Amino acid sequence: MSQPVMVASTLQAPTVPDSRWIYLDNVRQKKGPFTDEESFDASGEAVSAMEKMKLLVIGAGGLGCEILKDLALSGFKDIHVIDMDTIDVSNLNRQFLFRQSDVGKSKAEVAARFVEKRVKGVSITPHNCKIQDKDDEFYMQFNIVICGLDSIEARRWINSTLVDLVDNENPESLKPLIDGGTEGFKGQSRVIFPTMTSCIECQLDMHAPRAAVPLCTLATIPRQPEHCIEWAHIMAWEQEKPFPKLDNDDPEHITWLYKKALARAQEFNISGVTYSLTQGVVKNIIPAIASTNAIIAASCCNEAFKIATSTNPSLGFEENYMMYSGNDSIYTYTFKHEKKDDCPVCGNIARNMEIDPNFTLEEFIESLAARPEAQLKKPSIRSEQKTIYMQSPESLELKTRPNLVKKMGELVEDGEEIGVSDPSLGSVNFKYRLRFSKPFKSH
Amino acid sequence: MTEVVTDQTPPLLNGPTDKEKKYDRQLRLWAANGQQALEDAHILLLNSGSGTVGVETLKNLVLPGIGKFTIADSSVVTEADLGVNFFLDEESLGQSRAECCVRLLQELNPDVKGDWFPKQKGEELENLLSVDQKYTLIMYSLPIDPRSLALVQEYSRQQKIPLVALHSAGFYSYFRIILPGSFPIVDTHPDSTATTDLRLLNPWPELSDFAAKLTDNIENLSALEHGHIPYVVLLLYYLKRWKESHGNYPTTYQDKKAFREFVSAGARTDNPEGGEENFDEAVAAVLKTVTVPSIPSSVKAVFDHKPDDAESSSSFWIIADAVKRFYEKHNELPLPGSVPDMKAQSSVYVQLQNIYKAKARQDVAEVLETVRSHPHGNEIDIGEVETFCKNAAFIKLIHGADASPVSIQTIAENEFQSDENAPLTMMPLSLLPIYLALNATSHVPSASASDILAIISKDIPDAASNPRIVKVAEEVARANGGELHNISALTGGMASQEVIKIITKQYIPIDNTCIFDGITSRTQVLRI
Repeated sequence: MSQPVMVASTLQAPTVPDSRWIYLDNVRQKKGPFTDEESFDASGEAVSAMEKMKLLVIGAGGLGCEILKDLALSGFKDIHVIDMDTIDVSNLNRQFLFRQSDVGKSKAEVAARFVEKRVKGVSITPHNCKIQDKDDEFYMQFNIVICGLDSIEARRWINSTLVDLVDNENPESLKPLIDGGTEGFKGQSRVIFPTMTSCIECQLDMHAPRAAVPLCTLATIPRQPEHCIEWAHIMAWEQEKPFPKLDNDDPEHITWLYKKALARAQEFNISGVTYSLTQGVVKNIIPAIASTNAIIAASCCNEAFKIATSTNPSLGFEENYMMYSGNDSIYTYTFKHEKKDDCPVCGNIARNMEIDPNFTLEEFIESLAARPEAQLKKPSIRSEQKTIYMQSPESLELKTRPNLVKKMGELVEDGEEIGVSDPSLGSVNFKYRLRFSKPFKSH
Repeated sequence: MTEVVTDQTPPLLNGPTDKEKKYDRQLRLWAANGQQALEDAHILLLNSGSGTVGVETLKNLVLPGIGKFTIADSSVVTEADLGVNFFLDEESLGQSRAECCVRLLQELNPDVKGDWFPKQKGEELENLLSVDQKYTLIMYSLPIDPRSLALVQEYSRQQKIPLVALHSAGFYSYFRIILPGSFPIVDTHPDSTATTDLRLLNPWPELSDFAAKLTDNIENLSALEHGHIPYVVLLLYYLKRWKESHGNYPTTYQDKKAFREFVSAGARTDNPEGGEENFDEAVAAVLKTVTVPSIPSSVKAVFDHKPDDAESSSSFWIIADAVKRFYEKHNELPLPGSVPDMKAQSSVYVQLQNIYKAKARQDVAEVLETVRSHPHGNEIDIGEVETFCKNAAFIKLIHGADASPVSIQTIAENEFQSDENAPLTMMPLSLLPIYLALNATSHVPSASASDILAIISKDIPDAASNPRIVKVAEEVARANGGELHNISALTGGMASQEVIKIITKQYIPIDNTCIFDGITSRTQVLRI
């Protein structure tokens, strides 16, 4: 190559001066071949309607930072963000709105200020609290809710809250819910129209909880480094109480657990206990990187943009779920997850649940946490006839506690419907129809 | 059995360093060696057009800590840039886009160096590429002027540097990776469920002896001992008995189902639990672990590859050849040596682990001997041989862009033919039209649908009669060369994952083009 070349001098994209949103307007003010003409409005009115929309972003972590950036540059003007967490140094490799000097500050507040400052004309209102602290009236004000969360529990709470909010007389009460999640190079994004399409609870079995290691393995026959760490975490700590309360973020506490686990591993000739593994097991750390967050957050915001503008069809009523995997090449699978009639949150019939009637109520309650389709950790249970067990208030707990040792066959009939509630998941009543898998032996 | 030394070097009791703390969540994916590779990397971005997709890609590389990046972009920041590019602000208006983006990207990570080009107006791209500067990887965003493109392509070919092309417009995008020659990967990170290799149908003497000893008196073992025989030992025991009565191992699905029953019948049920967990584990493992290990096609591709002169003196190909000879001799790959967790007494499990580890070490020693006999074999680190042997069943070779090229006509024919069957096969439609339409605007800032169709028709003569191509061309024309931030952020996310895989030589990169459709939310990977 001998000819001198200027750097890309001839390829400035075509623009008009003072046209900040010209690229968005290319699609907002011009229909395309796939645009649904009935819902699309090319006039400037649609743009100003979009600017008046209120969006709620749940989570200001890895996904949340990306979502706020993406929404601000999608033309949304009124965004709220809710997160109770403060910034940790291990967030800085991906939560790009935060700097070293922000460590310890509220994620929601720092993220909101940053994006407001960077993108002129956008308003971002931070809420430094738990989602459970807000009432129905708060959630009612939004047009679209986007979640970037790392906890199944919080997702289930907002899902059941938005399903509950739907009032058939009031179309405004239906808030599209867009949810993203990542782990390492993998992730998923999904769009939910509460009560109309498959909800988070319908899809719960796609996110089965990790099987817990039996306590007797930890106590007597550890084989893996993780077993030694769990032993230190669950048993040694309780026994020795080196500090008043375990703080997963305190390096001194993690070091104590690490040393305990290491000693135990050496006793059993088990190799592989490290500080990093100890921290990973105790805090249940999920690997997270900027690039995967970028993919999933942008996918969520692309769907929000299409829902808000009708510029092109969105996920939702047909395909509603995109799975992404980047471990081996790039593989995505976009499909329709069907709504379940027996979904405990959005369905109208009770879900069948097989139980052994010879289990005690206590054993049944424990099994609810592990069942992929239930995953209820602190359930209160009512049958059609009576209250079987209540976690709170204390007086009711005391009154129903004797039932814990009774066998299920004594408390319910085969085929009876029970209602289960778990305050961490909202006010929803999960309905199950119990089917006995074995004959009940009363004695 | 030879004595087994357990590798128990006590780890340091120090907590993590500051860097380990900051990068904790990614070190769990690519470990210290992957991180080092990133920190040694220098990436060049040739930016043009509406200029966002490349910057979004860089953002996801600056955050995890690449060593250095350079942006070459002669554009001046306009109002429209501020509506799509997050790494510009009000103060940037009228200034060099390269310099402003570098400044705001660098804020993300003080450990990363950033530089921009041109420093003076009118400076030529050749100056940047002729400087004695070694880039690890070069990215360019489209549309790009043809002469710059030719220059950077020529440079990457000569210097053997991977090249990444990025094109995002409206709801569509694609990116393409051009590797300079074949790209082998050892550390592919297969799913842990896929890696179990227990050699149950071909146990070596130490393993058979161990199993025989534990099951010698199986009927009379105490409840505790019986309930804690590792499932590997149970399966070996029942396989031996099955073979004695049937003359061979269970191989068909029917046989294996019967074998499962046979194992299950051995469990004691006269206990409070009404069964034994180790037997449940054994029954559940039959279909997956009672198999003759076969050699995966990706490994066969490595064995069949004839490395050229430059390749053949590299450690990968020297080890690959030694493993191939190992395979030819034993009809098995070296044993990975890991044992999944299973119900067992601690000491028994550790003994079992050690038997597998010892065999794995023995296999490594044999491979190492072959490696050492190669003229360059003495320079190869034993750790590299160990890693190779451990991952032998999952090694992967991606061919360079120049190897066995297929014409775009042939690709189009295949894609559109399978589209015709799509209603029957329920497969999604090909995204090739998106690539074709974007590719038609590689060197122009915007184009009409008919311009785009005219260019596609040069390669695909009947393009205008394919309604999908026509519609996609209209959609590309609608965007008028402008990026949508979401699509560029998503594409930048995917491209940065691929760049990380290439730089760390971990996980498996795409081969070689990924097309994204933001309307249906689908991707497709094609070799183009």
